Amino acid sequence: MELTERHVEGLKELLYKMADDLLILGHRNSEWTGLGPVLEEDIAFSSMAQDKLGQSLAMFELLHELGENIPDIVAFTRNDKQFHNCHLVEMPIGEYDFSLARHFFYDHADALRFAMLENSSFEGLSMISRKFKGEIKYHTMHADVWMKQLSYGTEESKARMQSAINEVFPLALGIFEEGEFEAELIEAGIFIGETALKAQWLEKVGTELHKYGYTLPDPEAVIPALGGRKGFHTEHLQPLLNEMSEVFQIDPGADW
Amino acid sequence: MDKRTADIYEILETVMDPEIPTISLVDLGIVTAVEWEQENPHVKLTPTFSGCPALRFMEQMVHEKLLESGYKMPKVSSSFEVAWNTNMISEKGLQALKKHGLAPPPKHAGYIELDVLSDIACPLCDSRNTTLQTPFGPTLCRSMHYCKHCHNAFEAFKPVT
Repeated sequence: MELTERHVEGLKELLYKMADDLLILGHRNSEWTGLGPVLEEDIAFSSMAQDKLGQSLAMFELLHELGENIPDIVAFTRNDKQFHNCHLVEMPIGEYDFSLARHFFYDHADALRFAMLENSSFEGLSMISRKFKGEIKYHTMHADVWMKQLSYGTEESKARMQSAINEVFPLALGIFEEGEFEAELIEAGIFIGETALKAQWLEKVGTELHKYGYTLPDPEAVIPALGGRKGFHTEHLQPLLNEMSEVFQIDPGADW
Repeated sequence: MDKRTADIYEILETVMDPEIPTISLVDLGIVTAVEWEQENPHVKLTPTFSGCPALRFMEQMVHEKLLESGYKMPKVSSSFEVAWNTNMISEKGLQALKKHGLAPPPKHAGYIELDVLSDIACPLCDSRNTTLQTPFGPTLCRSMHYCKHCHNAFEAFKPVT
């Protein structure tokens, strides 16, 4: 079908929020570099950070093809109000249990989202989704392994993971905050919509958690952390952006 | 494949992966097409991983090699048009990985489970009595393993769909 202006606006909104999630979580993951509890975990979070930054770059390049500025300018010169990531990804890394729970909830959502987008009517998006699939598989595998290990570890490890799950869950629901153009995206076959994605995700994370003896909080009983998609953020995002763009800001025109 | 395109592939077989110098870009499977604009070749590459830092460098290596080989205005670009996966590594490429001390990735049928990584053949003694240490290695494309037969740690080029 012929895309109207609203379809293209919706497509950009979708690409921006996904790219921003990946960029910000990629940055947060990289904060474990040198700090991981064991060397293998240090490398795991660093590798996942590298994947996420590469994936966000591919999405910013799609946005550039749609008329937005070049990726470096888009990534390094916006302030927090211009970012569309959910609150989940901007929260500080916290203790390892928090980072693992975030990793588990986020990456399962990402795996399902990109699996849906393999069938997107927007070719650029279906193309990169087919590519990302193989990479994200290693992320969800890693998250599942730790959920399992820590459940079968000690009483303390299981209790701490359950408490991290409870803390992260309302934040994770913010992933599915709807945008202004949901109807257009669904109508044009670009994306199946946040509501459908959230339903699949609840089923998936619920099944995984029950398998390991954890409880998934009731989604109706918590208040989702909304606002991120519309540019309303916690106090944690702007300091992250300042740090992330520090080198770029020293000499924005530098040629590498 | 016509003669002039075959010539390009032959040249690219001498351009080696910057991180694994035993395997050429052709055997790695990342050269997806050679097109022609009159007498100028346009080589298309596909990234192994979207976050692979070697991609720009590889584009540059191909470009320089083609200039060296006498092509006046070669073009090199990369895109996700063809999504790379480890089944695209040639037979020769799999052997080249082993020569570099990396266990080659097993062929996959479109999906990967953790089990696939738990009995990778050791590149040093060929034993399958090995265990996965971590699926994330020193570069995005490698995992780390331990051989219980010859008691060596080794790296594998991990299977990717």
